[in-house]
Amino acid sequence: MLDPENIRQRILGALPGAEVQVNDTTGTGDHFEACVVSPAFAGKPMVQQHKLVYAAVQDWLQTGELHALALKTYTPEQWKKLGPR
Amino acid sequence: MTPELKARFDEEIRSHKIVLFMKGNAMFPQCGFSARAVQLLQPYGEIHTVDVLADPEVRQGIKDYTNWPTIPQVFINGEFVGGSDILMELAERGELADVVAGKKAEG
Repeated sequence: MLDPENIRQRILGALPGAEVQVNDTTGTGDHFEACVVSPAFAGKPMVQQHKLVYAAVQDWLQTGELHALALKTYTPEQWKKLGPR
Repeated sequence: MTPELKARFDEEIRSHKIVLFMKGNAMFPQCGFSARAVQLLQPYGEIHTVDVLADPEVRQGIKDYTNWPTIPQVFINGEFVGGSDILMELAERGELADVVAGKKAEG
């Protein structure tokens, strides 16, 4: 069973300096959602942005330990434009 | 992935405008994310769905084909668009119609 901090650390490892928030959406330790803001996303289409994040947890997705990771990815500029939520 | 399977994916994606690899089918999605993808795509015309639960080879094969680890997976106009999160984001930004119309590359 994973917890949000496990996922968060992996994403931070892959995208140093990113802002990362992870929630367990079902409380069962296998369905999560993550919001990731990283300058590394600049100029990349969403498919590539999500691939960067998925790569950080590839092994958990493969084994099924991590069943679902819903993603929202933004560059710092996009994030700023969205404003406080 | 076998060359036959790759050829099958190529063909399926080329011959339909909207292709959704999902769990279950449009009438009976077997997963919340697949259900959401169907819902988001339905306004834009006929969706060709492939049920990955029906064939383990397809279920793993499509992940290898796109190098994308999760289901559902959406192709529009022959291009891999992404999973349900990206569809949702495109819909929220009002860009999904343009992608379907082939007016705009996803970005």
